[in-house]
Amino acid sequence: MMHFLSFFPYAVAAWLFVMGLYGVVTSRNFVHLIMCLAVLQSSTYVLLLSIGYRWGAVAPVFAGPPVVGTPAVDPVVQALMLTDIVVEATVVALLLALAVQLHKNTRTLNPDELEALEG
Amino acid sequence: MNGYYLVPLPVVVPLSAAAILAALNKFVGRRLADIFAIAATLTAGAVSLELASISRVQPLVYWFGGWTPRAGVSLGISFAIDPISACFAALVSLMVLAALIFSLRYFESIGTLYHVLMLVFLGAMCGFCLTGDLFNMFVFFEMMSASAFSLCGYKIEEPESLQGSLNFAITNTIGAFLVLSGIALLYGRTGALNMAQIGRALGQHADGLVVTAFVFIMAGFFIKAAVFPFHFWLADAHAVAPTPVCVLFSGVMVELGLYAVVRVYWVVMDGAFAPYRSELRAMLLVVGTITALLGGIICFGQRHIKRLLAFSTVSHMGLMVIGFALLKPEALAGLALYVIGHGLIKGALFILAGILLHRLGTVDEIELHGHATDMPISTTIFLIAGLGLAGLPPFGTFLGESQIEHSAEALGLGWISIVFYLAAILTAGAVFRVWAHVYRGWGKVGAAEKKGAKKIHDLRETRRGHPRPFEMHFAAAVLVALAIAVGMIPGLEHEADTAALLMQDRAGYQARVLDHAWLPVIEAKETPRSEVASLARSTVVTVLAFAFGMFAISRYWPKKGFFSRPFVLVVATLRKAHSGHVGDYVAFLTFGVAAFGIVLAILIR
Repeated sequence: MMHFLSFFPYAVAAWLFVMGLYGVVTSRNFVHLIMCLAVLQSSTYVLLLSIGYRWGAVAPVFAGPPVVGTPAVDPVVQALMLTDIVVEATVVALLLALAVQLHKNTRTLNPDELEALEG
Repeated sequence: MNGYYLVPLPVVVPLSAAAILAALNKFVGRRLADIFAIAATLTAGAVSLELASISRVQPLVYWFGGWTPRAGVSLGISFAIDPISACFAALVSLMVLAALIFSLRYFESIGTLYHVLMLVFLGAMCGFCLTGDLFNMFVFFEMMSASAFSLCGYKIEEPESLQGSLNFAITNTIGAFLVLSGIALLYGRTGALNMAQIGRALGQHADGLVVTAFVFIMAGFFIKAAVFPFHFWLADAHAVAPTPVCVLFSGVMVELGLYAVVRVYWVVMDGAFAPYRSELRAMLLVVGTITALLGGIICFGQRHIKRLLAFSTVSHMGLMVIGFALLKPEALAGLALYVIGHGLIKGALFILAGILLHRLGTVDEIELHGHATDMPISTTIFLIAGLGLAGLPPFGTFLGESQIEHSAEALGLGWISIVFYLAAILTAGAVFRVWAHVYRGWGKVGAAEKKGAKKIHDLRETRRGHPRPFEMHFAAAVLVALAIAVGMIPGLEHEADTAALLMQDRAGYQARVLDHAWLPVIEAKETPRSEVASLARSTVVTVLAFAFGMFAISRYWPKKGFFSRPFVLVVATLRKAHSGHVGDYVAFLTFGVAAFGIVLAILIR
């Protein structure tokens, strides 16, 4: 059981990555496509958090000076994940803004109906 | 330490300037914003140059907040300066400067936010060059991507512009996720984010996890570097982006993707991959060769000048990947010189294309036929830049190319020269063809061909019929002159050799970063080179490229019939693959990552 549980988060991360990619490849709507990108991105959250997880450890929050030897989960990956969220929120917001503008100008969000950039 | 407190300035100055400009957006006029942005860029460039000369004697390691490593474990974030990273930061500043000077009178109306985005782009690229921390590198990567996406889609009233920017943003964001996943895997293995520390912890051992992490990081950065099969976004982004932004995309941003791969390989991965260098070399050589030839063929098949130049960049990126693939210090030195020479020339060519767009309102080669015959300065600079693109001595491109070829011959890979020549003939031939068509009015253009122009949307950046402002030509001329100067500076080859040796010295890098070691820079040996032979060959190739370009506009060019059919078919198929559909691009990308992983796994097993 332990073995399965330690493997499981990585499988979830890989699954989210692949599903996100599948969604981006097959999407017929830019808003849907950008959400698929967000799904893809959430795989990196799962991956980062599962890498920093320790069995039987506490959250890395200490009121006083920590007792030496207290097992705590890795705070570094959590910081990385927060940075990742901030960075990607910017990118997704920008992408959605571009999609809204595209819809204003062309009345469509379907990448198939845009043909200006062929060749 | 001499120059220690200068280290963060190439990042801090542009970002602070951007913040101030953004805050005072309402009160600052266009001219003031121009002056302010140019001053910040000049400062960043001057500091980068100073850092390059200091680090030539003593490489610098700067720890933010004084969080220096203890017992080889680093918690802080470091900037590690060596001549190559500092020179790239200087090149970035120079290109931004050229772009800002070009935009002085280019746009009809432009807000201060344009300057803010340019400065953020500059700061992010400088930080990306200088950082010694892998996660920090990712953050700068995303920062530079986000500003690049918004600059690319700056003309939000044009649907093409939005579509190109979306394609660019989606593919590159997936690249960033790949890089981040790779970094996470490396952190899981080594518990470190500092590149020197990861490299030391990985040691000599390459297993499945290390290979996976390397494939993710390499593929992610190769998406930015527009290497086949990740190059699809590049032409779309270049076709729609405002010209000054194209100067930065082709001149430096794309090259930085490769720079990151080189840096990560030599600092982090080389220990683990040292036994498999020849396998890695074989794979990268194949990728580079395909990119170089594919980009060259599509480049020659283009009539939209910006797309033509974009595919020429793809082709040259292939050549640069070959320079890295040899995994030798001499080749790396050649690569550094090539990047500088190519960036300057490509920047100048884009500026000249921008002048055409500014004055005549289109960048379609056929439509412009004979329309620019009254622009003698542009004509001259365009021709000289074409010669530089072909690698004619004494341009910086020639210097880099001959060094890479020299290194390849020493490895018994003489055929690489042929790839360089073919790419030069195709890409420079296309540039010479444009020159003859547009600036000289040579050749005949049928009415049927002109009709095709309707399909090409020229993105109007300014009103038609403007005069030719002096500073636009000035920016292009300075870039071309510098490209020649790079090839003429005596002793530059030796400096590049020394810098490349330093970049490849993994143990020295680790000791400098983690152990506060003061190691002197090892001078490269003076290697005598057979200059005359490569001089002659490069001259012949340039002449061939020119002849090929002239042949393409002559009446002997087989437009239809037996000989042209395979070529037409190939170009049509390739162009069809560049569908402008982002789903297709991501499918190719996924295939590319999987192929990289499988091939590397098979080769290493």
